[in-house]
Amino acid sequence: MTPDVTRAVRVGPRPIGLVVGAVILAIWVICAIGGEHLVQDPYVGDSFATLAPPSAQHWLGTDRLGRDVFARVVVGARSILLVAPAATLIGTVIGTALGLVAGYAAGIVDDIISRLIAVVLSVPVVIVALLALVALGPSNFTVIGVIGFIFSAPIARTVRAAVRVERDKDYVEAARLRREPGVLILVSEILPNVLGPVLTEATVRLGYAVFFIATLSFLGFGIQPPSPDWGLAIYENYTLIRASAWPVIVPAVAIASLVVSVHLVAEGLVRRSER
Amino acid sequence: MTAVSLGGPPRLADPGPPPRRLLRRLLRPVVLFVINLLLLSALVFFGAEVLPGNIGRLLLGRTADPRSVDVLNHELGTDRPIVVRYLSFLDGLLHGDLGTSLALRQPNSDLLGAALLNSVKLAALAFVIVVPLALLGGVVAALRRDTWVDRTIIGIGVALTVLPEFVTGLILILVLSLGLKLFPVTATPPPGSGALTQLYYLVLPALPLVIVLFGYLAKLARAGTITALDSDYHRTAVLKGLPGRVIVTRHVLRNALLPTVSVLGTQAGYLIGGLVVVEILFNYRGIGSLIFMAAQSKDIPLLEVGVLTVGVAYMLLSALSDVVAGLLDPRVRSR
Repeated sequence: MTPDVTRAVRVGPRPIGLVVGAVILAIWVICAIGGEHLVQDPYVGDSFATLAPPSAQHWLGTDRLGRDVFARVVVGARSILLVAPAATLIGTVIGTALGLVAGYAAGIVDDIISRLIAVVLSVPVVIVALLALVALGPSNFTVIGVIGFIFSAPIARTVRAAVRVERDKDYVEAARLRREPGVLILVSEILPNVLGPVLTEATVRLGYAVFFIATLSFLGFGIQPPSPDWGLAIYENYTLIRASAWPVIVPAVAIASLVVSVHLVAEGLVRRSER
Repeated sequence: MTAVSLGGPPRLADPGPPPRRLLRRLLRPVVLFVINLLLLSALVFFGAEVLPGNIGRLLLGRTADPRSVDVLNHELGTDRPIVVRYLSFLDGLLHGDLGTSLALRQPNSDLLGAALLNSVKLAALAFVIVVPLALLGGVVAALRRDTWVDRTIIGIGVALTVLPEFVTGLILILVLSLGLKLFPVTATPPPGSGALTQLYYLVLPALPLVIVLFGYLAKLARAGTITALDSDYHRTAVLKGLPGRVIVTRHVLRNALLPTVSVLGTQAGYLIGGLVVVEILFNYRGIGSLIFMAAQSKDIPLLEVGVLTVGVAYMLLSALSDVVAGLLDPRVRSR
């Protein structure tokens, strides 16, 4: 084979992951936006048909309150697709700010911020989140805030490392000699040059946000009823798994497909930016 | 973790005579450890107690009589200023007094001890399964680099790593336990069962933890093996005419192990997070389900020491993996 062909073969299959991930993600986004307009009412239950198997009327059966599982899984895409990106955005903004300051300031400021990051990272996310959500009370807003706060730690660590590389370069030195104020140097000189690692970290974090928010909902500390959220649906139905597995397995597969698709897209984007 | 640079200009001056340098090198991790512990205790305490503002109100609910809220706060000592409460919390910890659970009316230390032992059993079983499996997978993938074998092992591994433990756990329960009836649904065997029966009951709960760790560890072992395969000493060993098996076991494996071992400590931390979910799913009385129970019943004192225990365990494990990495690699030892 000529070098061009081998190159094409080697590069060829790579974007498949990105395409597959993007298609699955797009389907869920359509479900989230369309929601109730696409399917029957996900909130009204038929008390004579609880935990029913799939039928022409209920394609994927019904849950413990006789609500349509298919309708709930479609509309259930909405909450996680709102909460996870919002939490990631907050974590990225706070984390980037902290990382910029810690990396540029050095000395005692850096020491304090770095210690705090290490401490937050030393407790598993689910456990810190449980602690904070007990104190704040679980709701969509507190989940966004808590996961955003926790995620700011690893993002700050990445940004700090990138800033320390940039800090001693000539363009920063030049800006300093021009007597630009520190904030301006950080925002207009250094930030554009560390944006790559920031965006990479943020896309990877989005996958983990879905992971942790689904887990918190499964524990009853995430998204609250009567939302048809997937993790919550499993929490509500898994003790009845022997009676009917449909209300549990359908949202479980939905979560799995969403998490994998977000990771495929993230990895595809990271690869493209590296090339 | 011990090698964190504190910034500032590089020190060019002579760092002093060797004995003092050695002492500083030994003391530094200990001092950092204590600082981390203090910060962690502050984070946990203020996180749990400043935010709700009023513990009595939180416990009794919104509709409770304000007088009974005051009485309860006085009984619990939660009407004192927050700094005073934090100091007395720290004082208790230093004297080995972890407080009393509000929900269970038992000393927290008793509850934590029993739960921790159970969790260690489950986590140890998961590690015993996943470490050899991931090393094997990683080494095989590296030896068959860029073939379908490599892509299958790493692809499946990574895809499974990103799934939440409760999703894989549920699918395992459905297939292996309810479908094929190979394993029981619960992790707790009937009372009086022997060690082997206990182990058998723990296999299914350990599997979601194995699945979540496998991909990452296999990827690391693969990367370590590839670095070793591309090295000069590997070429020398091949050119010397050593048989393939000797090269792999003596030269390649040791180097493939190193990066894997040094992250085992941090992975143990993620494992504890997964324990919460797995223990609840399989109805197992470990530290994860204890913390969850405390969270559900708003048992703040138990919740605090539970989270603190997990943090301390994580810090100890990552310190331990630094030491083990040092034993395996002379270069790290002399650094």
